[in-house]
Amino acid sequence: MTIGRGTQSTNQARHSYVADGVTVGFFTDPTVCIGCKACEVACKEWNQVPAEPAQWTGTSYDHTGSLGASTWRHVKFLEQPLALGRQTAGRMGADGEDDPFRWLFVSDVCKHCEHAGCLEACPTGSIVRTPVGSVYVQDDVCNGCGYCVVACPFGVIDRRPEPLPGAGGAFKCTFCYDRQADGLVPACAKACPTESIRFGPLAELREEAARRVETLRRRGIADAWIYDPRETSVGGTHAIFLMLGDPEPWGQPPAPEVPTIHLRAAWTSAALTAAAALAAALAAFALFPG
Amino acid sequence: MTGRPQRPVDRATEERLDALREEAGRTGAVAAAGAPVAGGPIPQGHGYYGRPVVKPPVWTWEIPLYFFVGGAAGMAAAIALGATITGPDAVLEGGGPRAGMVRAALWLAAAGAALSPILLILDLGRPARFLNMLRVFKWRSAMSIGAWTLVAFGATAATAALLVEILHRAASGGDPGGGPLGLPVSLIEMFALGLIAGAGVAGALLATYTGVLLGATTIPAWFTHHRLLPIHFGAAGLGSAAAALELLGFELVPLHALGLAAAGIETAVWAGLELRSHGAADRALREGRAGLLLRASGLLAGPLALVLRLVGWVPAAAAVFLAGALIGRYGWLAAGRASGRDPEATFATQRSTRGRIQDRGWSLPRPPG
Repeated sequence: MTIGRGTQSTNQARHSYVADGVTVGFFTDPTVCIGCKACEVACKEWNQVPAEPAQWTGTSYDHTGSLGASTWRHVKFLEQPLALGRQTAGRMGADGEDDPFRWLFVSDVCKHCEHAGCLEACPTGSIVRTPVGSVYVQDDVCNGCGYCVVACPFGVIDRRPEPLPGAGGAFKCTFCYDRQADGLVPACAKACPTESIRFGPLAELREEAARRVETLRRRGIADAWIYDPRETSVGGTHAIFLMLGDPEPWGQPPAPEVPTIHLRAAWTSAALTAAAALAAALAAFALFPG
Repeated sequence: MTGRPQRPVDRATEERLDALREEAGRTGAVAAAGAPVAGGPIPQGHGYYGRPVVKPPVWTWEIPLYFFVGGAAGMAAAIALGATITGPDAVLEGGGPRAGMVRAALWLAAAGAALSPILLILDLGRPARFLNMLRVFKWRSAMSIGAWTLVAFGATAATAALLVEILHRAASGGDPGGGPLGLPVSLIEMFALGLIAGAGVAGALLATYTGVLLGATTIPAWFTHHRLLPIHFGAAGLGSAAAALELLGFELVPLHALGLAAAGIETAVWAGLELRSHGAADRALREGRAGLLLRASGLLAGPLALVLRLVGWVPAAAAVFLAGALIGRYGWLAAGRASGRDPEATFATQRSTRGRIQDRGWSLPRPPG
């Protein structure tokens, strides 16, 4: 694992992934995240995402809340009563011992699913797959029907409310496809000071992530693993995350499914119901003439 | 100074204050009843501070109303098709109650087909771009298939209604010579029959695809019922169409029979939703405002409509069914909103499978609390 190689890092280097059609991804590593939110700011500034009114969540240092139409990177702040390194919450218990505690940060982002619910659901063809494998919303095509919103297993995409610019359309992370087309890395990865956000070819990132998990486990962090749901119908994501412990406290679904898996059964039910209704109408008028 | 008499200062009170200062300096925090320790417990709650995992639907009042209007209009065309096929001559040329009913059903279908796109366009975030809906056809998008079904239904239902009306005017006008529009009557009848067939099939799909639309989402209360929803919505549409025609004055036995069947299915759906709970996954169907709406809807369109029909109170049964069907569509949207906001519902639908599909190579005791 190479962290913090500064301007020598692949996170800063120019590339030709779009021209070469290389499948790229993000690898986000919370164990080196310092919760600075540079990624959130970089994302908003580069993509000119409008600001929503500030709100205090009252639960943690996280006042961004969630990913949404105007939040494409979201730094989460986790507090857990579990031991990590020398972190402590002070002596809150009666026994005078240090309570186990860990404070973790992670920068959440659109997962750019292999089988993307939003892309499948979109009735206008506004949401497309790019040559680097990411999922992209063409804002000039989107008519704001809102079906992608309920088709995303990760609650990422949303319809932007009035009175923000672009209101009515569905928005989410573009993977900085415009920057990538120019050979640049996405804004969030470029701005990340600790390379908690790594950008590169997905296959390489998966190997790098596996090595990082090994390193962490060797150092005694036994519950480190990679969140990359390849076993479900989502078929893996292009934004993978290192995770400590269960996915639920990180606000991630433990077994995300693309909603199209329900289509066959639901359409069978609909077709049979429609046929039964037509048959019933026919039978009613045949049985009771007059 | 007025008010409370001053408390006498003595050695004990001052020693207590000194003790507090000493404790604060030594431990960093002092607590007593009414003044809990600074800081606080680690926030608990399901998932990430109880925040939603998926996004609730953004749809507003137009969508449930469209489900109701489109369902009733679609099934009205299906009823028109059933009545026409079983006696085409009587319907297209005769002037009996069945012919009148078919004309009314087709106009109902046409009116619903005109109102439906207006409702859908009103709900769009960018209404001016509604035609983008017909830019592509996507088999795997229920919304796309629905949009195209609505177009097919609107085109066939409106022209069918118009043609049948022309035929009716021509027949009652007693024009024995050439048919209307200068075409032979038999040709127009054949054409009308084809259009009614198209509208009936498209209409039956229009009334049921909405169940697929909600079923193929990540909203737990919806997708756990992806098989039931098309049946439920289809039965509601059929019953609503029969009820509307009855309230328009066509109290025919076949409509009563269809209304009876729809109320019977709705009773079974209501009972099924009450009895077969998916626990936290679909608790939005039983709790809060959505639970209230869905229970009210189930009782109205189910047992109450059924009993009223069985005792022969047809207009009351029809009115009650229509009210139940309309309330129910709003109930399902409200349930979708509540369920989408409920992280525990999302986790509950996935917890049963996660052990099987995820081998993370670690095990750790769950955090306390």
